[in-house]
Amino acid sequence: MSRISGGQIDRSQTLRFSFDGVSYTGHPGDTLASALLANNVRLMGRSFKYHRPRGAISAGSEEPNAIVELRTGARQEPNTRATVTELFDGLSAQSQNRWPSLKFDAMAINDRLSPFFAAGFYYKTFMWPAAFWEKIYEPIIRRAAGLGRLSKQDDPDAYDKGFLHCDLLIIGAGPAGLSAALTAGRAGARVILADEDFRMGGRLNAETLEVGGTSGADWAAQSVLELASLPNVRLLPRTTVIGAFDHGIYSAVERVSDHLAQPLPGKPRQILWRIYTKRTILAAGAIERPIAFENNDRPGIMLAGALRAYANRWGVAVGEQVAVFTNNDDGLRTVNDLQAKGLNVTLIDARKGDEVIDSAGRLGLKSITIRRANGKTETIHVSALGVSGGWNPNLNIASNHRGRPVWDDTIAAFLPAPESIAGLTCAGAAAGAFSTHAALTMGVAHAIAALADLGVTATADTPSAEDAPLNLTPLWYVHSGKGRAWVDPQNDVTVKDVKLAKQEGFVSVEHLKRYTTLGMATDQGKTGNVLGLAVMAELTGKTIPQTGTTIYRPPYTPVAMGALAGRARGADFKPTRQTPSHKWAEEQGAVFVEVGYWLRTQWLPRNGEPTWRQSVDREVLQTRKSAGICDVTTLGKIDIQGTDAGAFLDRVYANNFASLAVGKVRYGLMLREDGMVMDDGTTARMGQNEYVMTTTTANAVPVFRHLEYCRQVLWPDLDVQLISTTEAWAQYSVAGPNARKLLQKLVDQDISDAAFPYMACGAVTVQGSRARLFRISFSGELAYEIAVPTRYGDAMIRALVEAGREFDAVVYGTEALGVMRVEKGHVAGNELNGQSSALNMGLGKMVSRKKDAIGMVLSQREGMTAPNGYRLVGVKPVNPAESLTAGAHFLVKGATATADNDGGWLTSVVYSPHLGHSIGLGYLKSGDNRRGERLRSVNLLAKTDIEVEIVSPHFFDPEGERLRG
Amino acid sequence: MIINHPLLGPRDSQEFIYLGDAALIHRPDGMAEGALERFVDYTYLRDNPAGSHRELWYHEQGDRSWLVVTRDTTTHEITAVEMARDVARAEGRSK
Repeated sequence: MSRISGGQIDRSQTLRFSFDGVSYTGHPGDTLASALLANNVRLMGRSFKYHRPRGAISAGSEEPNAIVELRTGARQEPNTRATVTELFDGLSAQSQNRWPSLKFDAMAINDRLSPFFAAGFYYKTFMWPAAFWEKIYEPIIRRAAGLGRLSKQDDPDAYDKGFLHCDLLIIGAGPAGLSAALTAGRAGARVILADEDFRMGGRLNAETLEVGGTSGADWAAQSVLELASLPNVRLLPRTTVIGAFDHGIYSAVERVSDHLAQPLPGKPRQILWRIYTKRTILAAGAIERPIAFENNDRPGIMLAGALRAYANRWGVAVGEQVAVFTNNDDGLRTVNDLQAKGLNVTLIDARKGDEVIDSAGRLGLKSITIRRANGKTETIHVSALGVSGGWNPNLNIASNHRGRPVWDDTIAAFLPAPESIAGLTCAGAAAGAFSTHAALTMGVAHAIAALADLGVTATADTPSAEDAPLNLTPLWYVHSGKGRAWVDPQNDVTVKDVKLAKQEGFVSVEHLKRYTTLGMATDQGKTGNVLGLAVMAELTGKTIPQTGTTIYRPPYTPVAMGALAGRARGADFKPTRQTPSHKWAEEQGAVFVEVGYWLRTQWLPRNGEPTWRQSVDREVLQTRKSAGICDVTTLGKIDIQGTDAGAFLDRVYANNFASLAVGKVRYGLMLREDGMVMDDGTTARMGQNEYVMTTTTANAVPVFRHLEYCRQVLWPDLDVQLISTTEAWAQYSVAGPNARKLLQKLVDQDISDAAFPYMACGAVTVQGSRARLFRISFSGELAYEIAVPTRYGDAMIRALVEAGREFDAVVYGTEALGVMRVEKGHVAGNELNGQSSALNMGLGKMVSRKKDAIGMVLSQREGMTAPNGYRLVGVKPVNPAESLTAGAHFLVKGATATADNDGGWLTSVVYSPHLGHSIGLGYLKSGDNRRGERLRSVNLLAKTDIEVEIVSPHFFDPEGERLRG
Repeated sequence: MIINHPLLGPRDSQEFIYLGDAALIHRPDGMAEGALERFVDYTYLRDNPAGSHRELWYHEQGDRSWLVVTRDTTTHEITAVEMARDVARAEGRSK
């Protein structure tokens, strides 16, 4: 065991866990990484490209190497950082990206072949022959690449979304964040303090420094206790703020249950918080960066601050014999702390000219080679090496709005740009203030300033702490040796790769990233980016700020898809709207179809009908023979009222509406301003200033939005009011020769042809209850639509069915509806495709040029009116036994199936039981003049090619005698 | 983003539908001479400023108001929110 004394772990309890099937123990307070290190396990993973053995280099979320698969079964989670995985009893983890085992990985052959896998090898190696890409290269690359594996099972856990509001959001609970939270919390402001760690305190937990005369970790714990006691402060541990959005909105993921084997009953796994704040303090600390040298990626080589953190916070010595390679005074803290723990520490101080030039130990560090300033080299046996090349302020979130970081020579690092995000300031190490004193002071000062903006007075109370300078002399990489020195260990980007990128002209920082993959994948270059930039700067002879900066997009760390989805999964992905006849239809065993959010009856099978076609054929034939009933509630309904309502309709419909009489309905064609058809429907004039418009089901919401736009934005003084009544009325179509007889049994008023002629409308009563009746037809039959208040919808369908019994009336679904409308040549969704004009649909004459309706002017453009444009046609197979295929394209006989020869396409296809063969509607170039012509209808996807005849789109009752009957 | 609705106060932009340039208020007269050219401009030609932009937003998950929002396209800072009907009237639209 390499546990040493001290640390913030609970040694009174033992937790059992396993890694690659081997059982180990740890303690509450451990991370998976600290527990593995305590068990002398340094090897935790394999690198992405070369499959090099790797161990943890950090003790935080920036970790590029120690990436494992956590849990098993449906809860298996790939690419989890061992350094932030809180240990729990029963935890099971597996290494990834290796085969057959972590210690022997066959893919490590890539390491031997590394000259072939230099930066950009994808682009060079897999160029030719082009035909090899899809079948050979890509499958091989996909198998070799990628890190963890998905379980491919449904995630059994729940994820929530939540909304929080506050005066001050503080990101990070280190010394700066805690002092800011105390200052603002004591002043009574509404504060949210979020920290990704399960233990608040930041670096204070990893140091032996004192704050206010007590240990930093104790001060942090006391501060957290005080904050928890304040009702105006909300502490969010285990919560990562993942991005800054506009106007003070931040997104954060709280890992509610990730530290448990599985969530407690009723608890979500994670919560995605949307935080609305007036002011924000980013106190996310700093991330240490390495110095590159040959073979600097072995398990046991880590950042000096991490080595110290494992000793101080977790009581873990990564080795008895330890070395520290640093270019700044912070590295000396690691020397001092480890020596105080009784370890044997060798210091290699780059500022004195000493350097580490190589390391050895295949599966874990065994020795390092040092070259002293006097040129003498020596090899010493160590099992751990701490490296410190300085610290980069963790400005990630501050650059979310593209604020370019600013270079600071004193700390040789980028600082967040001032005022890069409105309402956000940075404090502590995130702002480049590395001493504890500076962090505490800055946290207090920023909190006071933020609250002053909001009119709240806060007072300063800053505890005493060390104020040591960093004393850094930049050193980015060791200029010796021919081997590889890693810049970005996760993506296996070495100093050589950066040199190659430079040599091939990929000098800009954006090109460097794409060419070498520097800074990609799960860690997004948190440790390696600035180092890569510095190497490039040195190679090009430019300064680092001249070379460029990298800024970050959200999320700060990887986010589970489940957290983004929240509860919107499976049946809850979207709302479901049920029609008023739904319950009745369900009782009848109806088959439903999704139409937007609606569920509509698609057909209603009767006993003994094994295929859908039999049901649909029966519904169509019986409707045309006697009577059929259909729920048409889903069509959009808009009540339009006001003294200018008629004038308004005349502007939003392309055809004439001024002449519509009270008590009459008219078909209306609505265009977009560009002249294309937007929607169609009917509008009924129920009274002098009272109209009811119907829209298609799909366009109910967009049409309503458009009408509001017209009346508010275009013609603000028209006296016209709108309300959507789609859900207020249950509406049924009753069609067929017996429709009138059927309905007359229910409607109290006389609805004879004389009293209620074709295209009449009006208020009626159904057994005393109010209703609306419209004599309109989509099926081509004598038909009515009757609307009753929605609460009577269920009673109405039952009453209609009962009344229809003597006529053997059927209830028909959307399929039969579709068959009948194609038989009649009516356009619907497939023809209203947003790219078709009234002229294309055969409705060109409806567009009145005597009034200024929306879309009129541009519908008359040259091109829109070209005689060789698409026209709606009817299509039937020459051989009635053959079936048409929707989406098939028209070709003249003998033409090859190329886009140049394309004459148009089949939009809608149905089987007409009335005609006994397949029929279709389509758009055909110059289709008006091609009746009787025989063409080929070709669908290369369905592999169909049949001969068709172009006919009138009106297959059934072209004179419309039935609907006037 | 947060849109400060003139009637309802600050509302999350998720409640709104975006349409585009508030120049759409100035729909040409379709019956006038030269209407075709003017409609082509009106329908297809838009300024695309990097900076202050007046645009139409619709409070679909709210009170159905169309709003004119003045927003900086480079920073998303919103400097004015007005009722589109008021703006349209002030800019000469009526019936």
